[in-house]
Amino acid sequence: MSIKSYIVHPVPGRKSQLIFQLSKMSSCEVVAAENKDILILVTDTSTKEEDDELLSKINELDHLSMLTMVSGFNTTSN
Amino acid sequence: MIFNELSNRRTFLRRMAKLSAMAAATAMFPGIMFPNEQLAAIPNGSIDWKKAPCRFCGVGCGVLVGIQQGKAVAVKGDPKSSVNKGLCCVKGYHSIMALYGADRLTKPLVKENGKYVEKTMDEALQLIAEKMKETIKDYGKDSVSIYGSGQWTIPDGYVASKLFKGCIGTNNVEANARLCMASAVTGFMSSFGIDEPMGCYEDIDHANVFVLWGNNMAEMHPVLFSRLLDQRMNRGSKIVDFATRTTRTSTAADKSIMFKPQTDLAVANSICYEIVNNGWVNERFIENHCNFSKGLTNIGYGMEDKYSFQDKPEMIDFDTYKEFLKDYSPEKVEKISGVSARDIKYMASLYGDPNVKVMSLWCMGANQHTRGTWINNLIYNIHLLTGKISSPGNSPFSLTGQPSACGTVREVGTLTHKLPHGVVMNEEHRKEAAKIWDVPINNIDPKPSYHTVEMFRALDRGEIRFMWIQVTNPMVTMPKLKRYRDAAKKEGRFIVVSDIYPTPTTDIADVILPSACWIEREGMYGNSERRTQYFEQMIEPPGQAISDTWQIVEVARRMGFGKQFAYKKETHIEEIYNEYRRFHDNKKHNMAPLEVLKSQPGAMWPYVDGKSTKWRFNAAYDPACTQGEFDFYGKPDHRAVIWQRPYEQAAEEPDADYPFWLNTGRVIEHWHTGSMTRRIPVLHKAMPQAYVELNPEDAMKMGIQNGDPVKLTSRRGDIILPASINERGMPVRGQVFVPFFDEGMLINEITLDAFCPISKQPDYKKCAVKITKA
Repeated sequence: MSIKSYIVHPVPGRKSQLIFQLSKMSSCEVVAAENKDILILVTDTSTKEEDDELLSKINELDHLSMLTMVSGFNTTSN
Repeated sequence: MIFNELSNRRTFLRRMAKLSAMAAATAMFPGIMFPNEQLAAIPNGSIDWKKAPCRFCGVGCGVLVGIQQGKAVAVKGDPKSSVNKGLCCVKGYHSIMALYGADRLTKPLVKENGKYVEKTMDEALQLIAEKMKETIKDYGKDSVSIYGSGQWTIPDGYVASKLFKGCIGTNNVEANARLCMASAVTGFMSSFGIDEPMGCYEDIDHANVFVLWGNNMAEMHPVLFSRLLDQRMNRGSKIVDFATRTTRTSTAADKSIMFKPQTDLAVANSICYEIVNNGWVNERFIENHCNFSKGLTNIGYGMEDKYSFQDKPEMIDFDTYKEFLKDYSPEKVEKISGVSARDIKYMASLYGDPNVKVMSLWCMGANQHTRGTWINNLIYNIHLLTGKISSPGNSPFSLTGQPSACGTVREVGTLTHKLPHGVVMNEEHRKEAAKIWDVPINNIDPKPSYHTVEMFRALDRGEIRFMWIQVTNPMVTMPKLKRYRDAAKKEGRFIVVSDIYPTPTTDIADVILPSACWIEREGMYGNSERRTQYFEQMIEPPGQAISDTWQIVEVARRMGFGKQFAYKKETHIEEIYNEYRRFHDNKKHNMAPLEVLKSQPGAMWPYVDGKSTKWRFNAAYDPACTQGEFDFYGKPDHRAVIWQRPYEQAAEEPDADYPFWLNTGRVIEHWHTGSMTRRIPVLHKAMPQAYVELNPEDAMKMGIQNGDPVKLTSRRGDIILPASINERGMPVRGQVFVPFFDEGMLINEITLDAFCPISKQPDYKKCAVKITKA
């Protein structure tokens, strides 16, 4: 049951493609900076396994250059 | 940004996670903006959007505050504001949360037998008035004082000045802006004879090069810095960071040049040497518009009580000035400053190239300096020698730190020597003030009394017995803090503090008044570019809180000055502003009518014939010019002054016992002492406590790792802070940096109360400390 936020660096010139890829993934919310090639990603998963699996999928995205975790919260379902 | 009731804990945590990441990104990537996120978060339902200037820094961003059911629920940048063009920084987005901290002061508190007792506002105001009258009767009019702020609104400062200077007859009126921009004022006054920048933010859209003089804009003026970055991206403008510490600004700049503290004086002179010796002087401009002067040297540092200094300007000629500059060849200055001769020549070449428009920007690095007036003069010298001034893109631009340091402190004149127009020493100025204030001219004392540091020293000595502190937190911000905290606690001192939250300053108060904050009342701020901005009262203040303006009006009436303070409650802000405008009814300083300020995101003075003035002293833009293409009309001979000012050492430099420089300052997440921003969860979480930045090599040599407790000791005391290595900023070897926002780690316990003898502004950037692993 974790909620995490990340600063995401796209591969140069692939910001919009990465936004598209992340937006299609369930449990992901993306916020794009207007004036920098930087995204904010918030993930919301129910189990540790689900979280690990999601992170693994994100790291495989071909438009992703780097992912830096900023915060993480463990919580109950509500 | 929306702050309604959140539907559940999980939603709240998602939002916190997102905001934390955005706050971190803001700190990591200067100028980064997330406006879409802001707009997407706006809730459905009826929100009434009202315009205001932002409550925090001196940039003066226009914001739109969303009001719903009597509560401020959202903030967005005002797209109509030419200042920020719809953008906000992380503090601006969260600004309304500062209104809703759980421990807002809502009732007056009076200390009785060592304990605070709740009183009605009427009782508290009556007590303050009686205590002031009693103190004046027992100790004289100069035993009472008021200490305000660059966060005072214009009406706050105006009624404070009117009560103390006009009615009571004491010049014991000071504001914390003495600590942040007094050197900018004396720099302007000595070089141009009139205060505040000649240019405006639109200069950014024209300049080819931005030289930042000890100015971490990425953290301190982030929205403005984002405009610099835009120009670099769109037009290829260059940013040169000239500083003593590597910051977010350095990493975003095209070139970062580090200098040893205090040697900016030598480097500025060296740039002038290069300009002169390479034939880059704009001879025609100099001949038509400039004089040369020198002042006294070896002028001291004001560390002793009752220190007094008066400069003695002496006209010199250009040849004498050229001879003076011979001591400042780049090769000689390299040895003093640590800046390579090549880098000095590079900076000079930017200023010297007639085809390059240069904007110099500075703030606390130049102002909080024991030679603050001088370094301001020297930056102007560079622009005057090259004629790069008062025209779009060619602009020496002194930024200010607080939302109304210009509007309230500099323009209204809430400093000991000032009046709303002019100075107390000038009989004509006193006559004008007496007429407008409806007081006998003899009420206004022609002699300035205490500047801020000396005012607190006078409190210690017992010359001042009563002090009213509004909108500022001196028990965190005063240098050499222990002396002044002990002074305030002495027997026979009576301290009134008006604030919105408990702070270390309310801890020393005899009376605490709850104040209305920002949009809980009506008012105006004046920003760095001479822009006056109005905001209406949008919501009710909590409990018994009332505005600082009305607190002063009520006390004035109770002291017997009802005739001078006969304002109606429902219209008092308009009445006060209109009265204040009478002081500036001329082409050099006319203020815009209130209806104009209500209708648009501010107006820049001088406001003449229905128009703001963007570039002063340039006849093409400034209707006050009467003497040709450029007219420096602040001076009687209409000529600006190029000052011969040498390099002199700092008041306290590292030695064998105290081998490190200590530099202090702000961080992007927190506003000044953090009394508001530390109550905003996302900002507090992003930057929860102070730290000491160390150079990695120094840290390694001492066996200090990130997070280790480190003891800083100066001749004033010691403090323990966690080490920060390779994080936010990086000092050069032999220097450490500590932010001052954390009341739990008061760095000013160990700073020095040395100040610029001309401006009386303390130097928070330089003193000597030793470092040990705690």
